[in-house]
Amino acid sequence: MLTIATGNKAVAAAVKAAKPGVVAAYPITPQTEIVEQIADYVTSGDLASRYIPVESEHSAMAACIGASVGGVRTFTATSSHGLLYMHEMVHWAAGARLPIVMANVNRALGPGWNTWAEHTDAFSQRDTGWLQVFVGTVQEAYDATLMAFRIAEDERVLLPVMVNLDGFALSHITQALETVEIGDFLPPFRLPHAIDTENPRGYGPMTGPADYFRFRWDIERSMRDARDVIAEVEREFAGRFGRAYGPTEDYRCEDAEVIVVAMGSLGKEAEVAIDHLRDEGVKAGSMRLRWFRPFPDLDLAGREVVVIDRDYSFGFGGVVAHSIRSKTGIEPYSVIAGLGGQEVTYNDIADFVRNRHPGEEMWFGVSDHV
Amino acid sequence: MYEIRIHSRGGQGGVTAAKLLALAAFRDGKYATACPFYGAERRGAPVVSFVRIDDEPIKVYSQIHEPDLVIVLDTSIMDVVDVLDGLKADGAVLLNSAHPVAGCNGTCRHVDLTGIALAENLVVAGSPILNTPVLGALAKMGIVTLPSAEQAIREMFSDERNVKAAKAAYEELKI
Repeated sequence: MLTIATGNKAVAAAVKAAKPGVVAAYPITPQTEIVEQIADYVTSGDLASRYIPVESEHSAMAACIGASVGGVRTFTATSSHGLLYMHEMVHWAAGARLPIVMANVNRALGPGWNTWAEHTDAFSQRDTGWLQVFVGTVQEAYDATLMAFRIAEDERVLLPVMVNLDGFALSHITQALETVEIGDFLPPFRLPHAIDTENPRGYGPMTGPADYFRFRWDIERSMRDARDVIAEVEREFAGRFGRAYGPTEDYRCEDAEVIVVAMGSLGKEAEVAIDHLRDEGVKAGSMRLRWFRPFPDLDLAGREVVVIDRDYSFGFGGVVAHSIRSKTGIEPYSVIAGLGGQEVTYNDIADFVRNRHPGEEMWFGVSDHV
Repeated sequence: MYEIRIHSRGGQGGVTAAKLLALAAFRDGKYATACPFYGAERRGAPVVSFVRIDDEPIKVYSQIHEPDLVIVLDTSIMDVVDVLDGLKADGAVLLNSAHPVAGCNGTCRHVDLTGIALAENLVVAGSPILNTPVLGALAKMGIVTLPSAEQAIREMFSDERNVKAAKAAYEELKI
């Protein structure tokens, strides 16, 4: 069905189609509309799911862990401080190999109190063992949420997936949305190590160094395998529903001499900047980084790179810029922009390219050379 | 791309007006996005919403700084907000007002949306509903078609008085 919806409603519609047995969540701006809509679906009977209104995000993830290990498809959604409040359980979900899907509406962290878009909340969960995908449109919020269940539940992966959408810029924008009849795209949920009351086993007991170490390696092995699983699922999704995705969304990159790398809504806005730069004769392209974990191999050899980080690792630098530097050896022009919802237009992005200084870091609106 | 900025006060329905307008444009076969700017504002504070309409997919997420059309649902905002800021030279303005407003040049149109809402008894929590009648005025201005405006209203609201109010605004607005 073709309609219009906000990013939040698109996520909720995808969850309805995925039919999780349990949804446990705590509302937080700007994610609230997701859990409100899912609660409505459950109340109206459109979604035959157990909705658990918990008292905190820590409990939300704990409830999802309990349901998931019981063999039930589970979903939750959060944002910013909510994500950090559940941090201990975020690690646990991945360590226990539970394919929970969570929408995270990216929002800055206080203080100062700020409800607008930033990616630091998600990046603070970087090393938990969750897969992380960042979307750029309302349609993609829907599609990525559907695919997240399929990817997470694949027996080669069995790791949780976080679907990230920019607070307000994507969560609250209204755009076109085509919902689909998913058919057998999502097979029935089957967790190989689900609790079986006929065959009692220990879950999460004391584990010595040797076994613990193997568990950690097993997570990394699955994370590496996840690259192929993601590609397979995205190919199948394109075949069934006609919308193709990859680890990055590349725009006019073929002959580009300079490439802008950005994530989320800024990654889409960058495409407009590229059109303007091309009109000026600048051979520019943009690469919207969709998957952050597992981090994809990027084809940037021989190009100049401008990275926009909507995040910062204090005492180190932009997380994406440094990830690209370590992966490719390229010294990018590192632009820190959009923190706490800072307004960044396509004109600003075009200026980043025009005024680039490879190897340097620039805080938009603070540093001198813009 | 046609860019519209809607000024209202929190609770007056400016955000819903933006969604309705985007839906109507979508039903006209156009691409459209509606994007509210949420600040720390609450009920009664000046708020802005943005609508973009185009024949191509819209990739812009930033705010609208040079609108083609400015809509003001509450003209008392004009005392504290420069609603004409950045308006294109050939831009248009639509005011919710029974009378012309001083300081707004010849491109300003006005229609009494509040009066239309009250005449239909479209009142929620003591506030007249402005977001459905304004769609009729926008149809008169050619931003969307009247059938799509009516369809959008019916998709979002079951109370037929909303459609009647939109039609009344369509009739009342002088072009």
